[in-house]
Amino acid sequence: MKIHEYQARRLFEEAGIPVARAETAKTPAEAEAAAARIGTAVAVKAQVHVGGRGKAGGVKLAGGPKEAAAAAEKILGMTIKGSVVRQVLVMEKVNIAREVYLGLVFDRDRRGHGLIVSAAGGVDIEEVAAKTPEKIHREFIHPLAGLSGFQARKAAFSLGIPKPAALETAKTLMALYGLFQKTDATLAEINPYVIRPDGTTVAIDAKMNFDDNALFRHRAIESLRDMQEEEPLEIEAKSADLAYVHLGGDIGIIGNGAGLVMTTLDVVTACGGKPANFLDIGGSSSPEKVRRALEIVLKEKGLKVIFLNVFGGITRCDDVATGLVQAIRSLAPKIPIVIRMTGTNVELGMNILKESGLNLKTHPTMQAAAAEAARLSGT
Amino acid sequence: MSILVDTHTRLVVQGITGRDGSFHAKQMKEYGTQVVAGVTPGKGGARLDGLDVPVFDTVAEAVEKMKANTSVIYVPAAAAADAVLEAADAGIGTVICITEGIPVNDMLRVHHSLAGRPMVLVGPNCPGVISPGKSKVGIMPGFIHKPGRVGLISRSGTLTYEIVFALTSAGIGQSTCVGIGGDPIIGSRFTDLLPRFESDPETDAVVLVGEIGGSDEEQAAAWYAERKRRIRMVAFIAGKSAPPGKRMGHAGAIISGGKGTARDKIETLQRAGIAVAPDPADIPGLVRAALKD
Repeated sequence: MKIHEYQARRLFEEAGIPVARAETAKTPAEAEAAAARIGTAVAVKAQVHVGGRGKAGGVKLAGGPKEAAAAAEKILGMTIKGSVVRQVLVMEKVNIAREVYLGLVFDRDRRGHGLIVSAAGGVDIEEVAAKTPEKIHREFIHPLAGLSGFQARKAAFSLGIPKPAALETAKTLMALYGLFQKTDATLAEINPYVIRPDGTTVAIDAKMNFDDNALFRHRAIESLRDMQEEEPLEIEAKSADLAYVHLGGDIGIIGNGAGLVMTTLDVVTACGGKPANFLDIGGSSSPEKVRRALEIVLKEKGLKVIFLNVFGGITRCDDVATGLVQAIRSLAPKIPIVIRMTGTNVELGMNILKESGLNLKTHPTMQAAAAEAARLSGT
Repeated sequence: MSILVDTHTRLVVQGITGRDGSFHAKQMKEYGTQVVAGVTPGKGGARLDGLDVPVFDTVAEAVEKMKANTSVIYVPAAAAADAVLEAADAGIGTVICITEGIPVNDMLRVHHSLAGRPMVLVGPNCPGVISPGKSKVGIMPGFIHKPGRVGLISRSGTLTYEIVFALTSAGIGQSTCVGIGGDPIIGSRFTDLLPRFESDPETDAVVLVGEIGGSDEEQAAAWYAERKRRIRMVAFIAGKSAPPGKRMGHAGAIISGGKGTARDKIETLQRAGIAVAPDPADIPGLVRAALKD
């Protein structure tokens, strides 16, 4: 799960990390008032989950309250990579001597966590890693030992900043790690972390992602979720206990099991079709789940056909057929449904489809069904 | 022979009084698996409806009284890591964790706590392990399998059934099929299990079923290319059309920072001399061809 900069900034502040003074604003008037209270030049920053907002014009500097209002006027309502800006963060303008990057990540290959720092702050860290890897310092964090003070100092001293600033940065890294662990985060990033001309340090950006599987023990973090930043159909599917990803094509896809659905998307794509979505009804599916799945997929705009691909294991084909017939009767979809079903109770399932009188055609293989779906979508 | 589970498997079902645990305990017993005990803390001594298996409060008791040597875990995600550690502490040699949705940090702690122990963990978020005709430990439908000489290791569930069914329909039986799980942190990776198949005289070839995310498939390719291997290998990778940054159902199926794409994995496997099926339906043919080499 992702959260906004202003929310991560607040978590940083509570964890004892020095952060720049800032307030959120939802209108130009609020931005003006916030800038007046802060009393210095400010940066007005769009609050959206997607990256690259600076390049998209979502961050503007303002000399005072009037300019802050004008900047907010321009940024609020702007669309950045599909996300509409509904809020800005008005942040004191900080004097900068040096900008560095500080980050904590989940290290899948080494089965632990990684501390990453770079003297090249304020730019895309993946670009730094690709072009100038020598500017990056990494420390492996063993999950049972945690981040040790010496590792934080080693990383901070690698940045080539004055000693007092390095020691302060090491303190920030320890605080950041404490927060990262306590909240089951998968990413915590400060880019940039600023060393002021007077040698003091401060975070002027904040980013955190969290492990979805651990949210059950972090209600306070889960409450930070911004529903408007997420795909509406993905939220709806989640509440029905279905895994959903919006993809944007015109062939609705429903299947059981993540691997099988991914493969279905691949086979459809190979046939020249464009999948609209990924929808996994799971390993043990009831007729009700199938009905909900069809209901959700039908909300995708511009659908031309739906492809249902089920391998009956624990999921029984008769359950799937029953759910499908019920769903078609109540939802009366106007687009064709291509069905491929095999495995447990396939004969029973086929009979249910046949006796429904709904004229539902089935295909014996995934390949044949995918080709038919692609043909019907007219691509 | 086979790997991980066979006729000597004496199974304890952790979470046996739950809905999934009791349902699958019955299914496994019907398949012929020796289900010798169940564990649910606080329900020791309970009788199970239609299932003649003693229930204990702890795994240690199940080991002591029923000589259980293998465990399968169906407990909810919040308690699953603890269940794995309990099985390890009781001296269970093979632990298969079906549970989906375990926090990454819990699995990191489990993984490092178990380092150096002679215990094998398969999963979590997996369908389990089956050696057809001998023992089934997990949730897979038994009837699609057929005893034979081809092994299978997969990060997926239903897709594995699809491929097994295609093999069986083509007359190709299986020695052992292992679902290693769809999470980013799993107990056994491809490279932890391939050596077991390599030294199993009754396995001639292994089908590897991978997907986007991580680098386990690349490591498997490196293992295969390292020296001349006795077993032949065929692979399939799901997620060729998956967009970057999106989690495709499995917690571990995500292309992040441009890494873990299907194309990279397919190219790496092919460079190692492993045939990669463009479509699951092509797998039986490729297995036959690989066995003729």
